[in-house]
Order: sequence, then C-alpha cells, then structure tokens
Amino acid sequence: MIRDILTYLIVFILLVLTQVVILNNIELGGYINPYLYVLFILVLPFETNDNLVLFLAFLIGLTIDIFSSTMGFHTSAAVFMAFSRKYILKLIQPRGGYEFGTTPSLQHMGLSWFMTYAVILVVLHHLFLFYTESFNFSQFFSTFGRVIVSSIFTLILIFIVQLFNYNPNARK
Amino acid sequence: MRNLLRFLTKNSFIFLFLILEIFAFWMLIANNNYQNSKFLNSSNFFVGNFFSSIHNVKDYLNLKEVNKELAEQNAKLQSNNISSFVKVYGRIYQINDTSYHQTYMYSAAKVVNNSTNKRQNYITIDKGDLNGIEAEMGVISAQGIVGIVKNVSKNFASVMSVLHDKNKISAKIKKSGYYGSLVWEGNNYREAQLIDVPNHVKLVKGDTVVTTGYSSIFPENILIGTVKEFELPEGNNFYNITVEFAVDFKKLSHVYVVRSLQKKEKDELEAKSEQEIKE
Repeated sequence: MIRDILTYLIVFILLVLTQVVILNNIELGGYINPYLYVLFILVLPFETNDNLVLFLAFLIGLTIDIFSSTMGFHTSAAVFMAFSRKYILKLIQPRGGYEFGTTPSLQHMGLSWFMTYAVILVVLHHLFLFYTESFNFSQFFSTFGRVIVSSIFTLILIFIVQLFNYNPNARK
Repeated sequence: MRNLLRFLTKNSFIFLFLILEIFAFWMLIANNNYQNSKFLNSSNFFVGNFFSSIHNVKDYLNLKEVNKELAEQNAKLQSNNISSFVKVYGRIYQINDTSYHQTYMYSAAKVVNNSTNKRQNYITIDKGDLNGIEAEMGVISAQGIVGIVKNVSKNFASVMSVLHDKNKISAKIKKSGYYGSLVWEGNNYREAQLIDVPNHVKLVKGDTVVTTGYSSIFPENILIGTVKEFELPEGNNFYNITVEFAVDFKKLSHVYVVRSLQKKEKDELEAKSEQEIKE
C-alpha cells in the first residue's frame, strides 16, 4: 500500500516536471501542445476510490495550472476526465470484470483495450481543454483541428511511456 | 435530514465532481479578468524562481545568438547616440544642448517564462517592483515590440504579450504614415492583422509597420513587422492587412522595459480635456 502511494507520488512528480519543463516548450507547428500529464489519471488502479480519483485529478490539474499560469484550464479538464473515467471503465469492462490488483495499463489489459480506453479519455480531455480555452464556438473547426492533432501527439507519447513498462514475456 | 444526508453520500461522486468543476471555473473566470490575476499567476514568487533557475540553463544555449543581437543593437545605438550628432548653427558647433530632452528610459530584463500557443499569452520577466517596473509600461526587444506590463510583483512582472487576443496596439505604415490597430487572432504566432487602414492608401508587400507612439506606452517608430499580404474586401473602406512580426516570440530572451517620462503628463492632459467635454 505504502509502496503504491510512493510509486504514484513519484509518477506524479515526474509527469508534472516533464510537462512543465519539457513539453510546455514543445509547440509542434505553432500551437500543437502534447499534454502527457493525463497519463497519471489513466494509470490509477481500478479499485481506487472514485472520489480520490477526482481529487488527484484536481491536484495534478492545479499543479500544471500554477506552473503554466493558466489558472483553471487544466484543473477543469482533468476533473472532467476523472469524472468520465468512471463511466468509460464501466462501458468497456471486459466480461467478468476487472481482476483485482491490475492497473489500466498496456501490460495488464492488452493493446486493443488500452487503446480504446486511452483514445476516448484523451480526446474527451483535449476537447474540454481546448473549448474552455477558446471559450466560444466561433472558431469551432480550427479548435477541433487542434484537439485532434494534439490528441494524436499526446497518445503517441502515452504509448511510448507505456512501452517502457511493457514486458511481453510477463503477460498472463 | 437523514434522507438528505443519505442522498448526499449516495451521490457524493457527482457532487464532488460538480464542486471541483465549479471551483475550477471560478478560478478560470477570476483569472480571465487579468487585473485580478495576481492570485497565483506566474509572477508568484516560488514559481517565478523555479522558472528562473530553469532559464539559467536555457540561457547558455542561446548565448551565441544573444551576443550577436546585442552587438547589432549596440552598433545601432552607437549610431543614434546623441554624441554622434553635432548640431550646426551657422559656424558654432553645439553638442548636447537643451533642445534635446529625454522622453523614454529603457531598462533591460530577461524573459523567464513565455508562451506562444495560447490565445492569451503572457510573458514573465525577471524585473519587478524593486526595479521600478510598473503596470502599463511597454516591453520591446532588439527586433521590435513584445507587449505591455500587466502585473508586477516584488521581483517579477507579468507581461501581456502582443500575442493576446485582447491586446490592441496602434500601428502605422511607416512609408505613408496612415495608422490602424494591430490585433492578433490567436492562430499563428508569426502573424497579426492590421485593421482600420483606409482603402486609398497605397500598399506594397514588404512595407514596414511601426508603432505610432500615440499611447505613450511605446516610443514612436519601433518596428512591429512587415506587410505580408493585404486585400481589399469588396464594398469595404478598410484593408485587411496581414503583418508578419519582426520578433520571433519563440526565441525571446532579452527584452527592454520602456518607461515613458511624459506619459503621466499626457494622460492627465487628455483626461482633463475629455472631462471638459462631458461637462
């Protein structure tokens, strides 16, 4: 238990640092910005208390907001993503439910499940983030383009990070 | 009462979501009104220091380019220096007489945080209240204008970049002197729109766009950029002009904060005239 908390604390710090120090400076094509920190909300264990997920999402969003001086943008999007996570997990639940002690990762759940899970949540997060940022629908299509392209970059990064922990021989 | 409590605990997930989301939006809205954004923005002491130390590393990587820029600017200043002019009155040579008087003062600052990818971009610089920086001062770099100081803390100042959809800067075509407003629409950090230039002005691609100095925030004739494209929509009296910025906002490192010595006097005079009209 304590080990888990420590692991997730380190993941939290690493993801915030990566986001703030490196990724916020990467702006591919002018305004495409990958948001890798959402990985933290993705990989929280299945049995985590739902309210705790909301709180942790709030915390990581707030931290990112403080460091990029965009008060509220990331907080609201991260909380929204944590909210949707509960229902998405229920929606794509495999037959027989989730095994105890597994986490929603590439290693435990396999490629197609993880892909569905990550794509839905990342796109939801980015949609929320970019539309609150523009705060109007007059530039609907240009904002939508940003959502799609940024989501693709975030997803590529998420898969790269997941592959670091992937051990094909250890599969159940 | 017990039913109410049971209802609350049963739906605690949704209520918590709503509370956190409302809090986030409250922050968002309180912050959008940027006069109130002193709350936890990046002029915040801790975060500012954090970015300063990161920037120290980044600075080394840019040293070569910065040196080149500084040398260029030194040369330019040297040629504009008052001691390199000699005023001629008949046969008497006069240097540094009282017919010159200073209207603007510059102080150098370093950019410690910057963004270009949002619709409202802010820049944090490492000079603040202690260095005499005040709100509403202009910020320029060796290449051209950068933004306007919005908030000041003890050691840092937060600058509203030209890349901000609420920032409107009065600009003119250098060649003809006609002026309009420069606005940024939030798409491309290299380009902005110049509006309100009347249709009888002759324009050529590559015309220089400079500041007017009307607001006393920026001195006159500070470079903004060049005309990249222009078009005259049918039945419209004003051009749509696309201006390419001279400053590359992604490479911003050393900037100058402009203090206008006459702004207060000018603003007071203008306010007085306006008040008289109202009366």
